[in-house]
Amino acid sequence: MRKQLITLATVLLLPTSLMANSSAHLESANIDLHNHASLQNGAKYFMNYCQGCHNLSAARYNRMATDIGLPVVPEKTGKTGDEAGKVADANAKLVAENLVFTKDEEGKPTNLGSLMHSAIPAKDAAKWFGAPAPDLSLVGRSRGADWIYTYLKSFYLDPKRPTGVNNTVFPNVGMPHILWELQGWQELEGHGEHDGHEAKTLKLTKPGKMSAAEYDIVVRDLTNFLTYTSEPAQLHRKKYGVFAMILLSIFIVLAYFLKKEFWKDIH
Amino acid sequence: MQGFLNWIDARFPLTKVWNEHLAEYYAPKNFNFWYYFGSLALVVLVIQIISGIFLTMHYKPDVSMAFASVEYIMRDVPGGWFIRYMHSTGASAFFIVVYLHMFRGLIYGSYKGPRELVWLIGMAIYLALMAEAFMGYLLPWGQMSFWGAQVIINLFNTVPVIGADLSTWIRGDFVIADATLNRLFALHVAALPLVLVMLVFVHIVALHVVGSNNPDGVEIKKLKDENGIPLDGIPFHPYYSVKDIVGVGVFLMVFFAILFFAPEMGGYFLEHANFEPANPLKTPEHIAPVWYFTPFYTVLRAVTVSPFAGTLAMFGAIVAILLLPWIDRNPIKSWRYRNKVHTINVLIFALVFIVLGYLGVKPVIPVLKELGIRMTEIYFMFFMVLWIHSKPGKAKYMMWFLILAGTVIAIDLFRYNPEAGDDAGQIVWQWIFPIGYLVLTLLLPMVKSFNAEKVVPKRVTS
Amino acid sequence: MENSEVDKGRRRFLIGATSVVGAAGAAAAATPFLISWNPSERAKAAGAPVEVNLSKVQEGQLVRVIWRKKPIWIVNRTEEMLANLPSNDNLLKDPESGVADQQPSYAQNPTRTREGKEKYLVLIGICTHLGCSPTFRPELAPADLGAEWKGGWYCPCHGSRFDLAGRVFKNVPAPTNLVVPVYSYKDENTVVIGLDENGEAV
Repeated sequence: MRKQLITLATVLLLPTSLMANSSAHLESANIDLHNHASLQNGAKYFMNYCQGCHNLSAARYNRMATDIGLPVVPEKTGKTGDEAGKVADANAKLVAENLVFTKDEEGKPTNLGSLMHSAIPAKDAAKWFGAPAPDLSLVGRSRGADWIYTYLKSFYLDPKRPTGVNNTVFPNVGMPHILWELQGWQELEGHGEHDGHEAKTLKLTKPGKMSAAEYDIVVRDLTNFLTYTSEPAQLHRKKYGVFAMILLSIFIVLAYFLKKEFWKDIH
Repeated sequence: MQGFLNWIDARFPLTKVWNEHLAEYYAPKNFNFWYYFGSLALVVLVIQIISGIFLTMHYKPDVSMAFASVEYIMRDVPGGWFIRYMHSTGASAFFIVVYLHMFRGLIYGSYKGPRELVWLIGMAIYLALMAEAFMGYLLPWGQMSFWGAQVIINLFNTVPVIGADLSTWIRGDFVIADATLNRLFALHVAALPLVLVMLVFVHIVALHVVGSNNPDGVEIKKLKDENGIPLDGIPFHPYYSVKDIVGVGVFLMVFFAILFFAPEMGGYFLEHANFEPANPLKTPEHIAPVWYFTPFYTVLRAVTVSPFAGTLAMFGAIVAILLLPWIDRNPIKSWRYRNKVHTINVLIFALVFIVLGYLGVKPVIPVLKELGIRMTEIYFMFFMVLWIHSKPGKAKYMMWFLILAGTVIAIDLFRYNPEAGDDAGQIVWQWIFPIGYLVLTLLLPMVKSFNAEKVVPKRVTS
Repeated sequence: MENSEVDKGRRRFLIGATSVVGAAGAAAAATPFLISWNPSERAKAAGAPVEVNLSKVQEGQLVRVIWRKKPIWIVNRTEEMLANLPSNDNLLKDPESGVADQQPSYAQNPTRTREGKEKYLVLIGICTHLGCSPTFRPELAPADLGAEWKGGWYCPCHGSRFDLAGRVFKNVPAPTNLVVPVYSYKDENTVVIGLDENGEAV
């Protein structure tokens, strides 16, 4: 009986997510949302490697640029007068040249105020790949940073799959290993166990352009960028939160003394 | 100023209403912590109405636009994220406050005469609130919105004979679709808020006729001074208005801490899977209702004789609370003066409610499925035991213990089905929960000190 | 309950202080609700500057483009039209374009255009009376508008009249001249509505 009670207690205390999918162990993404260099690098890799298929249809270029440290509106540059305009213009040019690869209906480069749609229309994507690639606007919230980070590191060669690759975090995934040039190819080495999860170990058999450490940084920056994109407000909301806490603390103290003052009447 | 007031008073009973409900409404002077939640529920109602109105200005109730319009609010509308988080945090806060408010009623016997109607209206508010929350949850049109609504509306499928037609009628389509979203939107933003506001109004009017209960369960209107003012009463305004303001401050501190620092609340207030747009072709791996529905969801899952029985049990679990004034006939209101086993019974009930809620967010694995059944059994037995405890001096404890324990075992024999993979060992060892509950509440009172009731004082104590 | 020792001053101070902090909090909480009525990022993106190629606009022709959901008129005025403008002056309410809000400073001149591009009139096509969009009537002295008419706009809603520089006539309901939007020339033939050397229009 005691043993069973202990088992029950353990099961009850397990986080729901771990039981929902008996999937692989996730590595910690360890991202820093306030690191502009990392966000900019992530944006660059996203636009170059991911945006070909994936939408970020909830986010706009100009807001993204401003939030990752390249403000394109004079008021957000932190400068004044002519200089603010110059900085904003220079940033706008930088963003247009390095991050905007899509075209509008007229064939002109997409306006910076536009939403970040993918380069291929969803209709074509569905025709070519069976299903359009998912929109990644909110992947940071639906899957979480650790999942994205581990997922991008967990592709391995699998001749049974039409794409030639499989993934330990997302078994039988439809997406090919887009970053193979950078990472190289991994192969499945064996099955093991980690913290009670089934863990498949992968081994790099054909190195890519980058070392494992360099690749980790790219993946981390991409994860950072996607986590930021999933909720742009998170960059500021804690700041307002601190203000609200201070104001409410003062209010509570005053209200408490007010209450005490009035309740002197009550015996 | 006085002239203007006279002008108004000649046309509308402003001063009269002010006096009757605030300045000369006498409330017991011994309200404690538990008495904050009524005014807090009102605060949350206001938060929800205001934030809801502003969300409606930007939201699009159309399956092709709904999900994107929520993200539009979160990103493109100035201040939109704050308004949205206010509404999503407010939804959960509403239930936290209301559950604590109801628990207060339970421990101090506030549902007993002459406050039966206050309790019934309160339960109507609770039901309307659950409907309101359920309908609101469909609107973001995420995966959990879609599949949650799918499951709940399909409950009507279990109604014999007319079930299938009924659920199709409610949806207006063969699955959850645009028609469903549109009608639930209309109900969520117009019909139910009206109903809620009116019910809250009636709740307060009914309360002010009979007066407030208090932690001692003493009727303060019975002892009045020469001016007809209750000896233990103090004017609501200014004494309770200044006191409630402190409560509101503390509540808002917690509320805004969640809103600004953890709006998802670890996936309980905003579920992770709901950040994916609804996809009628793919059910999420793990689907659970939002936390405030999960106790009843576990009851639904625990009763497996037939789907309709499960639905009935779920609604029965709510109806049982509604009938409390007639189940508990003990004249003593507050648990302070009732026997010790009553306190044990109430505390176990609260714990069981929390465990039921917790199980509702967990996937069904055998040990938890069995635990869900056991907790459901205790949930319903609580009301039986409460009824037995009505007359602690005369109750036939041993007889009731044998009847209820026998019923538990009979149900086990009836439901045990090895072909369905039921594990007899699991069933047997988890007897500890219902039998232990019955021992604590029905055998323990045979020890005299646990069955003794105290004398209720004439005046409130502190 | 009446207590002679009640410190009225202290109560008054605490009530005041609590109210002030409470009001500050309420104002802070109200801010997001109020600013949510401002144009959203989507509206701003849709209101981005518009480029118009002038090379295909013939003499005497009016083209309409949409900028910030408002009709924008661009008229390629003939030499005759420009020559007729001064003759209207004593019939107009504000011939000198003195009301500063009705045009950027670079259009505060007899033709109400940028220097060197006097032929091309750029206007927001919304009547300054109650917001109708006036009708383009370039012909000379039509029967319904009288012998004095040298071309311009006639508002069908309440009969306001404007000349071919968008200047309002006397004795009509419209109070001011038609508005010239912020605009600039990107090159010889491309006008950009909503953008000038001071940045995007507010």
